[in-house]
Formats: sequence, structure tokens, C-alpha cells
Amino acid sequence: MATIASAFADLRTLDALATQDSVIHRLDPRIKVLTAALFVVCVVSFDKYVVAALLPFGLILSLIMGLGGVPAGVIFKKLVLVAPFALLVGLGNPILDQQPLLSIGPVAISGGWISLLSILLRCCLTVGGMLVLIATTGFNEVCRALERMGLPAILVVQLLLLYRYLFVLMEEGQRLHRARALRSFAGRGLGLRSFGPLLGNLLLRAHDRAQRIHRAMRCRGFDGTMRSPHTPHLTVRDVLLLVLACLVLIGMRRHDCALLLGQLLTGLLP
Amino acid sequence: MHMADALLSPAVGGTLWAASAGALAFCTRNVQRVPDDRNIPMMGVLGAFIFAAQMINFTIPATGSSGHLGGGLLLAILLGPHAAVLVIASVLTVQALLFADGGLLALGCNLFNLGVIPCCLAYPLLYKPLAGNGNSPLRVSIGATVAAIAGLQLGALGVVFETVFSGIAELPFQPFLWAMLPVHLAIGLVEGLASSAVLSFVRKARPELLACATARPLPTRSRTKVLTGLALAAALTGGVVSWFASPLPDGLEWAIARTAGTEQLAPPQTGIHPVLAATQQKTALLPAYAFRHTERDSAAPAPPPPAWPAVEAGTSVSGLVGGGLTLLLAMGIGLLFRKRNRVA
Repeated sequence: MATIASAFADLRTLDALATQDSVIHRLDPRIKVLTAALFVVCVVSFDKYVVAALLPFGLILSLIMGLGGVPAGVIFKKLVLVAPFALLVGLGNPILDQQPLLSIGPVAISGGWISLLSILLRCCLTVGGMLVLIATTGFNEVCRALERMGLPAILVVQLLLLYRYLFVLMEEGQRLHRARALRSFAGRGLGLRSFGPLLGNLLLRAHDRAQRIHRAMRCRGFDGTMRSPHTPHLTVRDVLLLVLACLVLIGMRRHDCALLLGQLLTGLLP
Repeated sequence: MHMADALLSPAVGGTLWAASAGALAFCTRNVQRVPDDRNIPMMGVLGAFIFAAQMINFTIPATGSSGHLGGGLLLAILLGPHAAVLVIASVLTVQALLFADGGLLALGCNLFNLGVIPCCLAYPLLYKPLAGNGNSPLRVSIGATVAAIAGLQLGALGVVFETVFSGIAELPFQPFLWAMLPVHLAIGLVEGLASSAVLSFVRKARPELLACATARPLPTRSRTKVLTGLALAAALTGGVVSWFASPLPDGLEWAIARTAGTEQLAPPQTGIHPVLAATQQKTALLPAYAFRHTERDSAAPAPPPPAWPAVEAGTSVSGLVGGGLTLLLAMGIGLLFRKRNRVA
């Protein structure tokens, strides 16, 4: 409950961030969706012991966050909430994989620790990438971009309606939860017997609401598609930026930039 | 329960994306065939209802812990399996994009584990026959509980397979399975009980809602439809298994090589040469990539264990220096922008 409630609060923050105006916000949403997808695929396709080559992706992400006015605190807060699952599954690595892979002076570091670090970095980068996409684009715009890239209209309508009523129904759920908690003493009345009717009532109310929405939409000429008032057009600048982003991401995927930088500094570059 | 991007290799993620996208396309076509668009707002609102339902938990007697509704099976019962898959897809997308639960690449896995399995396997194969026409509350409860347990067990199995085949996390198959299945047995039981509690209330308060829900999917599509559904499920599982089968030998070889300590692919392990060779091989982001090149192309601080003494120490030092510097740069950029924003 606590995590969902705070996630709900963060949702509003993300929604508010998406209304800002910046270089990144002004880009065509399709460009951003494609770049984000490529970003995730590049990060995930690295070998499991790779740590250093992942760091330049973090550099790019922080650059985009800076340009798009996304405060790091918002993203970090979400990451802290999400990391435990990856950490839990990855925590077996140091125990199961103890072959030394790297030694700094007398200290040998086993492969397991390196792959755990890699898992955590991947988690931060993939989750961060998604959040930055939403914070600089907005959920509705992402949906419309997906529609114009070929997602079936019914799915887009489903996503848009879900997002619209998410706020309404989550507030209702929060009220129900609070009301029940206030009337419960010593943990009584929180069991399954009151849960069924409570949630059932919420379900019936949601059902009635959906019927009212349907009638209202029909009155206004709903025909199965959502129309948006303005459709952004691709400009030459957008396409150029997409090409540049792809080149940078693929370049970073194929060449270990951190290693090259290190070699340059330590004078080992052949 | 949600798979995370961090634990997934592109091969496994891509395979399940393809499987889930196929199932989703099938369901979308089926939903669009119904001319009545009354279902559209209903699906949207019920998707939002799932989020609200997850805020309200209930205590489980004698354990001191609490559970909440997952909702996949309930959606299938209320809307029919095809519309339910659509709703679950949208719920998972919102969770991935806004709640950072799951991920973009993991979306395929999650839709398969949490949507396709409960709606297209557990619902028609277990709930339908067990619950019958929905007139007997006991049969509905039993059907919902059994279907929820089976659906969650299969979903947990899916998570285990996906994690192990991806090979990012080191967890071995059997212990992971033994950890996941009992936990999800309990979760499935809770899910089944919660679903039947809600269903029994709805049945008392508004029986016509369930009556039209049970009447909607089956009469017209009776036997042939069920059979095609079964064939689809079989083809899907078969397809997924065969997809898994292709990366599997490599994964096994890799595991054997790891445990035996000897590797067939010994050749050029020194200096910058393997890095360049690996770079050349990286021309395409091949799906089977993560399996084929494991251990070899990891350039920075990760030379393969058998070759450890032969590797230039300089490479790892450079990796450390470069990595550290990149990290510092990233933080520097963050600080710079923060300062600028504060001034502005």
C-alpha cells in the first residue's frame, strides 16, 4: 500500500514534468520512443560481466536529463524503490560465481560481484531510460506516437482511457483504504470477509462509471478512435537527431568508450 | 513476479516479445470483431480498477501477512479472455513506463506470464470447466482458486525459465524453481480466494453482470472456437519451447565449459586483438548474441577466467580508469545542469 501510494504521488510528478518546455520536450515523440527502445536494447545486449562499457550510457542519460530539465532526485527515488527485485535475484551471483576476474593490488574481485554490479547498472539504466522518456514526453504523447507507428487503435484507446481513469480510480481506492483503516481497531475487519464486498463495490462503481462514460462518449460521436487536436510533423532536425542518436548508441554498444578513454589516459592506446 | 529488463538477455526478451505480440494481435482482432463498442470504456476503467484494487489489501488469517488482488483471472471472468489480455497488456505497459515495474524489453515476458497464461490457458482450460455455467457459488470459488493457482505456478515457471535462459543472473535452475513455486503457490491461493470473494459479492449484488459475462464469450464460439484456442495455445507453447531450444545448447555448452574450466574457444586471447575481432563480429545485434559470445567479447574488466594470467593488466586498469572517469563526467553533467537550473 505504502509503495503504491508513493508511486501514485510520483506519477503526478512525472505528469507535471512532461508539461515542461525544453529542447528534449519539443522533439517529435516518435523519435524519443525509438531512441529509448534502442537505448534499452543496447544496454541489455551487453555481456553479463560488462560494467565499464555501460557507464557511457549513464553519461548520455544524464545529459538528456539535464537538457530536459528532469531532476535526478525523482529518478533516483524510483530506482531505489525498484532495485530490490534485481538485487534479490542478482545477490546469488557473488556466492555462486567466485572465480577471480579482476585484481586491484592484492584484492581479487570475483566474477559474481562484477556481474551483480552489472545487473544493478542495467536496472538503473533501463528503468531510468523509461522514466526519462515519460518525463520528457508524457504518457499520452507516447501512446499517440505508438499509434502513428502502427499500434492498433483499440490498444491505444485502451491505454489512453486507462491512464485517464487511473487517477480517478486510484484516488477512490485510496479513500476506501483510508476509510477502512480508520474504522479498524486492533486489525479487525481487515480480513477477506470485508475485502470481498469492499472491492466488489469498487468494481460495481467502476462498472457503472464505464457505462456513463460510454453514453457520454457516444453522445459526442465516439467511433472507436481518439482524435488528437494537433499532430506533430517530423522535421528534418528530428530525423537528423534520430540518426545521430542511433549512431551514438550503436557506437557505444560496439566500442567500449570508457575503456578507450582509460587507454588514452594511461597511454596504452596502440 | 514482474521480470526486469536487467535480468533479461535480448534473445529471450525478443522471443517472448514475439510470442506475446502474436497473442495480443490475435486477441485484438477478436475484440475488434465485436461491433459493440460498449466494451471499450469498460476495458479502460477496469484496467484502472486493477490499480485501485492493488491499493487495498487484506490480512491473511494466522500468518500476519497481507495480500492483494492481482486481477488477471478476475478480468478474464468479467470481460472474456481476449479483452482481458488487452487490458492486462495496457496495465503492464503503464506499470513498466510509469511505475518502473518491469521494463520495455521485459514487457513481452510479463504479458506472457501474467496475461496470456492466466487468460488463454488457465481460464478456458480450468476455470470454465470447473465453474460450469456460474450458477453454483462453490464451483465458481473452486474454479477461480484452481485456475489462479495454476496460472501463477505457470507464470512463476515462466519467470524461472526466462531468468535462467538469459544467464545474466547466476541462479541455478533447480533451487530457483524450488524458491519460486512454493511462494507462488501461496500467492495463487490468495489470488484465488480474493477473486472468489469479489465474485461472490458481485453475484449477490448484481448477478446480471456475471451472467452476461459468462454468456458473452462461449455460446457462439462453442466447440470449434475452444479447439482453435487450444491449438493456438499448443502452437504458442510449442513455438516458445522450440525458440528456447535453439539457444539452449549454447547455454548448456557454456555452463559445461564454465564448470569444467576448459573451453573450446581458446584461440586469440591476448592484447587488443580479441577486442578488435569481437568488434568485427558485432556487426549485427544478433538475437543469439548473448549466448554465442559470452565470455569472449567482454572487453573491459572481464577477461575469461582460464585466460586470466595471459591478459594484459593494462586493459583492466584502463577499464577502471575510463569507467571511473565516465562516472565522474556523468555526475559532473548532472551537477552542472542543477546549478544552471538554480541560477535560471
